[in-house]
Amino acid sequence: MRITAEGLAWSVAGKSVLAGVDLDIAPGETVGLIGPNGSGKSTLLRCLAGLRTPTSGSVAYDKEPIRLWSARRTARHVAFVEQAADTDSDLRVEDVVTLGRTPFGDRWRGFSARDRAVVAAALARLGLTELRERPWKALSGGERQRAHIARALAQQPYAILLDEPTNHLDVKHQLELLGLLAATDQTVLVALHDLSLAARYCDRLLLLHGGRLVAEGPPRDVLTPRLLAEVFEVDAVTGPDPLGHLAVAYRGVAAPPATGDAVAPATEDPVVLASPRSATDHPTPELVDSPTPKET
Amino acid sequence: MPARPGAPDLLHPSAREAAAPPAPAAPAPGRTARRSAPSASALHLLAGLALAVSLVASVRIGTTDVSYADVVRTAGFHLGLDVEPLPRLVDSLIWELRVPRVVMAALVGASLAVCGAALQAITRNALADPYLLGISSGASTGAVAVVVLGLGSASLGVTGGAFVGAMVSFGLLMLLLRKGGLDSVRVVLTGVVVSQLFTALTSLVLMASGDSEAIRAITQWLLGSMAPARWDTTAVTAAVTAVGLLVLWLNSAALDGFSFGTDTASSLGVDVRTTRWVLLIVTSLMTAVAVASVGAIGFVGLIVPHGVRFLVGPRHRTLLPLSALVGAVFLVWTDALARVAFAPQEVPVGVFTALLGVPLFLLVLRKRGEL
Repeated sequence: MRITAEGLAWSVAGKSVLAGVDLDIAPGETVGLIGPNGSGKSTLLRCLAGLRTPTSGSVAYDKEPIRLWSARRTARHVAFVEQAADTDSDLRVEDVVTLGRTPFGDRWRGFSARDRAVVAAALARLGLTELRERPWKALSGGERQRAHIARALAQQPYAILLDEPTNHLDVKHQLELLGLLAATDQTVLVALHDLSLAARYCDRLLLLHGGRLVAEGPPRDVLTPRLLAEVFEVDAVTGPDPLGHLAVAYRGVAAPPATGDAVAPATEDPVVLASPRSATDHPTPELVDSPTPKET
Repeated sequence: MPARPGAPDLLHPSAREAAAPPAPAAPAPGRTARRSAPSASALHLLAGLALAVSLVASVRIGTTDVSYADVVRTAGFHLGLDVEPLPRLVDSLIWELRVPRVVMAALVGASLAVCGAALQAITRNALADPYLLGISSGASTGAVAVVVLGLGSASLGVTGGAFVGAMVSFGLLMLLLRKGGLDSVRVVLTGVVVSQLFTALTSLVLMASGDSEAIRAITQWLLGSMAPARWDTTAVTAAVTAVGLLVLWLNSAALDGFSFGTDTASSLGVDVRTTRWVLLIVTSLMTAVAVASVGAIGFVGLIVPHGVRFLVGPRHRTLLPLSALVGAVFLVWTDALARVAFAPQEVPVGVFTALLGVPLFLLVLRKRGEL
């Protein structure tokens, strides 16, 4: 399913959180959404999932605007995994995953054998079959996260939107999850903090900064030292890791633009950047063998 | 976790249209084994039986004991069977007072328990009970206005006055909530405000102009008493309770969806705003009718859902009907106790629901390891 947004803006209490976001995610694409804290990633995901009505602009699934869609219709298209959604309720893992069948449930008849089969498959996919009787309170952070993802998969969605799904996951489960998302032919938009993981598993990255989409494209075009310095305020280098995957290594926090001369003063248009030192000093840094130098 | 290549992928949208649910590879698939030995349907059956037995058995209990034979004879006679009626006095004691009272206790117990369960889900607040929204306080003010101030015609009575009061507080609640989202904190705070306002008004009227007789009568009602139950109020309560239970039960999936908050609920296809309005209105009406009929009986709406959750888990499709049955049984027996414990003096049933409810509640909390 293709997800498009045009001129998307959202503001709360007079404060603009998103402004003028245009995007187009092709069917089956795995797209990473990156950006610093407060850049509007969560809000963008919520707008795209139909949970927030944009103040202006529109969201469309396969060219069809979703503004007037019922929540149920939207939920039959897109699954959304919130960041660290928690409950006081004593649900078991299986109950949580069964929630994913809500958009298909019948008020009178409840869930069918088919629903239960889908739930069992989702549990198996996330390696939760053994834990399916376990109550929510007894789960670790990673197990909870996996339960939410299984729940999203049980929605049999055309597209999955995930907000920081690798939080709380150990390395193995991070790799498994992102591998799973990258392998599926469902459309995936995933907000990630780990830029190297994003580079490795995503076909394309969207870079948000201050509620605006400032760069998009293949990871190697987005994860440039310049943009990283401008947007994330870090002094970083990019290059192949020992396995040849594009990776980001950090020297440290970039000097603030106002005081240092390491980064040029921020311009109005963030894409047009003055050349920071790191970009010229380290054109193709090799990360192999050499530990990242730390600035003192 | 890696997708099994070649296996039909049930988690893909293309699998939605497939004809039969293919057997998944997972061990013991599709079996929704409940958390412990007794299955949910067995518990329903058990609770249903317990309710039937309780209804019949508790009719016998009261300041005047009657035999099973008398109960059966009376019921048979009034259901049009060809049986010899009992003497007028005994017959009307059983049929005009005892039976509607027991039926009312069952209805109110079911209604309060289910409203409590639903409100706990939509406000995501474990302390929510049917009186959270201030409906009972409004009912009290209405009752006091009629009994003490003599407002309205005599035909209105305590029940009528209480119902009008409940509707006024309900209207005020809806007025205050009409704008903005119905997020749980706002609902709870608004309910507290409405509740406090009407509680103050009730106290004001009582203190300013009540004579001791009126205050005693109204206190009995405020604490909740089944004594005023008659067939007419029982019939109204039965109708509202039946419709309310059905509406709430049909919203079971939405109530489950609220467990992780409104964004997750919405992403699961729950129309959060509409569902909340519907559920608030339904629970308010159910509470209003129950309170108007028999006063504000406390604790049932709080403890019964928690106790039942402990047995069958928090899924509302099972939780709601079982809460209704357990709430009904609980109130039927508590009212029977209230009739005989200090006979001939009758103690308001609300006193006993609290006295019995507190230790039961502590027991549940202890078992759940929360105390």
